[in-house]
Amino acid sequence: MLSALLVMAGIAIALGAVLGYAAIKFRVEGNPLVDKIDAILPQTQCGQCGFPGCKPYATAIAAGEADINKCPPGGEEGIHKLAELLGMEFKPLGGNAVPKPKSVAFIDEATCIGCTLCIQACPVDAIAGAAKQMHTIIAAECTGCELCVAPCPVDCISMKVIEEKITNWKWKYPVYALNTVETTNVAGAALQKTNGRAPG
Amino acid sequence: MIFTPLISKPDSVSAIMLKVLLALLPGIAMYVWYFGPAILVSITLASITALSTEALMLKLRRRPIAPFLKDNSALLTAWLLALSIPPLAPWWLVVVGTAFAIAIAKQLYGGLGNNPFNPAMVGYAVLIISFPMQMTHWLAPQGLVLTELSFTQQLDYIFQGVLPHSVTLDALTMATPLDTLKTHLHLDESVQQILNMTIYGQIGGHGSEMAAWGFLFGGLYLLAARIISWHIPVAYLGTLFVIAGIFHLVDPTHYVAPLFHWFSGAAILGAFFILTDPVSSPTTNKGRLIFAAGAAFLTYMIRTFGGFPDGVAFATLLMNISVPLIVLYTQPKVFGKKDKS
Amino acid sequence: MRKLNHFHGGIHPPSNKTQSTQVAIAHAPLPSKLIVPFHQHAGEIAKPVVQVGDHVLKGQLIGMPDGFVSSAVHAPTSGTITAIDLQLIAHPSGLPNLCATLIPDGKDEWVERKAVDYRDHSQPELQQLLRMNGVVGLGGAAFPSDVKLRIGKQKIKTLILNGAECEPYITCDDMLMRERANEIVQGAQMLRFMLDADEVLYGVEDNKPEAIAALQQAIKESNLNHDVVAIPTVYPGGSAKQLIRVLTGLEVPSGKLPTDIGVQCFNVATAYSVCRALAHGEPLLSRIITITGNVRRAQNFEALIGTPIDYLVALGEALSDTDGYIMGGPMMGIPLPSVHVPVVKATNCIIATSAKLFPQPQPSMPCIRCTRCVEACPADLQPQDLYWFAQSKEFGKAQKFSLFDCIECGACSYVCPSHIPLVQYYRFAKSEIRAREHDKQLADQARVRHEFREHRFEREKQEKADKLAAREAAAQAAKLASTQPLTPQQLAEQADLEARREHIREVAQSSVENTAVENTTERTGN
Repeated sequence: MLSALLVMAGIAIALGAVLGYAAIKFRVEGNPLVDKIDAILPQTQCGQCGFPGCKPYATAIAAGEADINKCPPGGEEGIHKLAELLGMEFKPLGGNAVPKPKSVAFIDEATCIGCTLCIQACPVDAIAGAAKQMHTIIAAECTGCELCVAPCPVDCISMKVIEEKITNWKWKYPVYALNTVETTNVAGAALQKTNGRAPG
Repeated sequence: MIFTPLISKPDSVSAIMLKVLLALLPGIAMYVWYFGPAILVSITLASITALSTEALMLKLRRRPIAPFLKDNSALLTAWLLALSIPPLAPWWLVVVGTAFAIAIAKQLYGGLGNNPFNPAMVGYAVLIISFPMQMTHWLAPQGLVLTELSFTQQLDYIFQGVLPHSVTLDALTMATPLDTLKTHLHLDESVQQILNMTIYGQIGGHGSEMAAWGFLFGGLYLLAARIISWHIPVAYLGTLFVIAGIFHLVDPTHYVAPLFHWFSGAAILGAFFILTDPVSSPTTNKGRLIFAAGAAFLTYMIRTFGGFPDGVAFATLLMNISVPLIVLYTQPKVFGKKDKS
Repeated sequence: MRKLNHFHGGIHPPSNKTQSTQVAIAHAPLPSKLIVPFHQHAGEIAKPVVQVGDHVLKGQLIGMPDGFVSSAVHAPTSGTITAIDLQLIAHPSGLPNLCATLIPDGKDEWVERKAVDYRDHSQPELQQLLRMNGVVGLGGAAFPSDVKLRIGKQKIKTLILNGAECEPYITCDDMLMRERANEIVQGAQMLRFMLDADEVLYGVEDNKPEAIAALQQAIKESNLNHDVVAIPTVYPGGSAKQLIRVLTGLEVPSGKLPTDIGVQCFNVATAYSVCRALAHGEPLLSRIITITGNVRRAQNFEALIGTPIDYLVALGEALSDTDGYIMGGPMMGIPLPSVHVPVVKATNCIIATSAKLFPQPQPSMPCIRCTRCVEACPADLQPQDLYWFAQSKEFGKAQKFSLFDCIECGACSYVCPSHIPLVQYYRFAKSEIRAREHDKQLADQARVRHEFREHRFEREKQEKADKLAAREAAAQAAKLASTQPLTPQQLAEQADLEARREHIREVAQSSVENTAVENTTERTGN
């Protein structure tokens, strides 16, 4: 009886030690979940989710304080990815937000008065210019967050949809005669249901 | 939008399935020769059920009906299932089995190309579990029993369950050769004694061995026409032969010779027609060898130590489950890649 | 006799080559208008160096190579540039790209041509010459040849001249080898010199005995140590990796280049252009094009780059039931968005299509996993799995199953009994994956910039706080100092200062725009 107890206690201590050691040895720095969520988010830093940027939103999702369907630029695909990562159900995009085609901001340089308000608003420093100097968008860095549009006192900033050119053209999803057959795969079916018809 | 390649080989799913159906004909002919035309009734009944179930399900699933009815895959399921059911089985047995195979095992999984299990074998499994009595009354080969039914009398029985006066079902039917062997082995008889019984022929069961020859012939045609690859039949029959051979060599009085296993039950049919169903079998050659060898092992175990008369159906279904895993672990080397991780 | 190797799979489609090999290569007459795209090669688009209205001579540079992988573009004949704008080109997107429109003056007047003896030049010089002469691979991908010659320190054992021409219908290389074998062999010798290769092999499919004989004859006449190898006719035997495998038994590792295993591969037509560029000083201005399919006179034409395709098909007399045109072969070619698009350096063949010649594909059925595609795949892939992942947009898995090792040869689609446009799915998946990787890069970039901005704000805030603290500390110190007894002189100065301040305050009070003044006084007060 006693020996049995001792053996069990011994095993418990040994296993406890192993677990404790593993906890120290394999400790993960930072919160990997936040980083994983942040990696899925599109980094537009637009704040449409109600948080001041992608990282705060990611942190809120990780803490269970925010829904996964608050990111319009990420689109439904982003929600699917988040749902998969977090083992949650897919939810359609929340609120009245609709995913928009990708665009970049454009400053009408003739109208610009050089007030720097847009420069202060830009979350990724994609606007070049100085006070009383004309401003211009660095298109390659622009995330299309639209945060610069509202502060402009002379309404000289507009959003321009990125046009399809030969350099960014993509092959389309094939559509062929019996296209109803495509929805057989479960994951595919879910995707298609939400996407409506197959694109292309 | 036109796509390249603009040219393609003149081949189609329905042509492939049609060739498989044609390859079944020699075996069916042998079947009719030895057991009478009742099997043709089951085949017809199963075919009609399969096509109408398929059409109904396609309509419910809002899929185009015509192209799928023309692909001959439902017919193939129907024929394979009909060949696994006793020919004198009541009509509703055939209908229930076929409808289940098509509606549940095929269409609910997404129809053609998406069924993880062989639909015909699912139908068979459902029937043998639900109606074991009806599923074991096999028509005796002609010439072995005193009473024989005419074709109209067979029809009467199949559709109305009416037998002529003074004829009992037991007088017409008997257990399959595999079943008989098992029962008599339990009675402590030796294999040699049992095989002397009249229901046994040269290698397997009287009559049924000839049907197996017919299926073998059809199977060789499928190989020659490159409809199936050699991997599954060779691995299946080879493994079955080796396992049965080992047991037979160790104890010939209790374990029957390997060739008997080939030519009784659905072994040949399974090797060439059932296990080779492309949808539910592995897509890699190495995987096919493992799949078929596993099926052979299970077949032998179920036949020899299990409670069911034949093991092909359950062996097929069990191996069907493992197909994704087998395929994942038998990926061939890609051009320019040393090893596939 | 060389021992040949095999690659897995392959198909044997009807070759349909004899239609266009009956007559010799003809020179297409000068068209009334040429449209010369600036982007005819893999890599960066060439930069226009001429202006609208300029008169140019034949062979004059009009597009300057821009970037490491880029190539020059020249005026194919003498004439006037009438436009530099977006024009429809032969591209699967059907989108326009930058082109120069040239109206020929009919004189066909050359710029000064300078032939060089390649043996007198260093390798970098020769590479630059090829780049400036616009020499690109003429097998279809139009990859700049000079880039393929920049091999660094790698030792090239085998130079392969690709004359396999495995696609049905196409015969431009076949006819070129038959008629101009000598220049191909000279070009090959130049390439060998530039690569310092040990051996030169010509891979020609055994359905081209005339071409093989012509090459052998030319090699014998020039007394060179080249080797013509007849390879079995199987599609896609002309794909570089497969050809290398057949000729050398080596497999180009996935994601690597042939040079990594000591092999380099050029099309025979490229060798011909190398010879023209170096030995004659002629930039790449024209090429051989097979006009075939639904035409009355299937034939090979030597046509200027920029020749509108409708002009060429008129020469071939396209039949009235023609319903479209393919650039390239029936296996990998691209449907042309319009028959008015111009010939480019990659245009090896134009096939007129008709419903009779190329019947509408049968409707697709679901995949039944019959693995005929696996048997046909020359890259040992599992096309049925790739299809499954591509159609359900599981791109990660598709990549894991080596999607990017697919060479898009179309053999899988050719044998598919379900008539699934498999290659389209692979192309879709590949371009989608590339686009996502690009987006991911942009997102990462945006994240870094955003984090830097946050960091900057943080730093500025910190600096402000530090400054404030320092100022307060200074004020404290000053206060401490003021407690010391003052000299009478200091006291007098202080009183004077106070009086002045008082005066300024009064003025400020009376001022209408008091705020501004107040501000200044406060500032000066501080």
